[in-house]
Amino acid sequence: MANQKSNLDRRVAVKSILTNRGDALVVTGLGSSSYDVGTMDHPNTYYLWGGMGGAAMIGLGLAIAQPKRRVLVITGDGEMLMGLGSLATIGAEKIRNLSIIVLDNELYSETGMQPTHTSRGVNLAGIASAAGFAATDTVTSLPALKTWIPKLYNTPGPLFLDVKVNANRYPLSIRLRDGAHIKNRFRESLLGAKAFD
Amino acid sequence: MKAAKKPATPQSATWPLDIYKVFKQVGIRQIAYVPDAGHTQLIKSCHADKTMRAVSLTTEEEGVAMMAGAWLGGDRGALLMQSSGVGNCINMFGTIRECRFPLLTLVTMRGEWGEFNPWQLPMGQSTPAALQNAGLVVQRVDDKALVGETVFAAANMAFQTNRAVAVLIGQRVVGFKDWSK
Repeated sequence: MANQKSNLDRRVAVKSILTNRGDALVVTGLGSSSYDVGTMDHPNTYYLWGGMGGAAMIGLGLAIAQPKRRVLVITGDGEMLMGLGSLATIGAEKIRNLSIIVLDNELYSETGMQPTHTSRGVNLAGIASAAGFAATDTVTSLPALKTWIPKLYNTPGPLFLDVKVNANRYPLSIRLRDGAHIKNRFRESLLGAKAFD
Repeated sequence: MKAAKKPATPQSATWPLDIYKVFKQVGIRQIAYVPDAGHTQLIKSCHADKTMRAVSLTTEEEGVAMMAGAWLGGDRGALLMQSSGVGNCINMFGTIRECRFPLLTLVTMRGEWGEFNPWQLPMGQSTPAALQNAGLVVQRVDDKALVGETVFAAANMAFQTNRAVAVLIGQRVVGFKDWSK
């Protein structure tokens, strides 16, 4: 069954998180998270259309390379569950400029709305906390999310926020899907001419 | 239980140091690894170097993703693993290929020259073909004296052409456990 604990719409959540993103760098997990973030496209966003389970670790490599910038990983519960080991790696590394945000509808929405383990009691924020993240939480409403947003950009990490969202689905909104282009666009925006050294 | 003898290669081998020198030369800043006995010295050298960040992984595909992130942020990286780890990476290699990320990975081989553990053979013997099928350029070195220059050549190819390059370091270089006595 779809998550009954939250009435928060995923796109409202993403818009709230990214409206004042400043110079933050964003990595999205494949599927709905990429499409959601794609509605607010920005050259400092790297979208995954594959590599399930890899979003958090791309965030770690990027955060190490850019210690003065905040890195936000925005992904789904299914994608995060496939990369649980990366929570241990990131917790152990104690990286200060990385925030992981999971849009948790408790469903694999791209493949037929099958329930994920988070619908059966698996607590992602609890796992991140046990892995040594500096702060973790689960939010189920827009006001609760809004109190977290400044922390996502400013509080020393690693941070982990499980945002429970409802089962709303949207048409695929992002047309940008050539991987080499997404990578090159991101690097050129961040590094300028050095991107092609 | 009978203890295995130490690897035939003494810990004072120079080829791990040769790799470390190449890392310095080509500006490697991030190292990701799942430990392998063959990479012991190199991992120690990287952890001791303040200009490098060496990250221990829970599984090798984490490192493939991390290397992509490193490159997005302007860092060069290298991923160290044993041949058993190659199988764990296959789907994540697809992201590297689709986005034309450079990737330098150094794979210490098991399941070949003098292997004693039959369980190492399936992945060890499949490693070159698995890497090639995943779109990596595969370069192999079986002579200790050539390890440094092979890694240097592979790094140049990877970072100059935006391609994924794997260097297979043969079990003949790494040494093998002798369980016959």
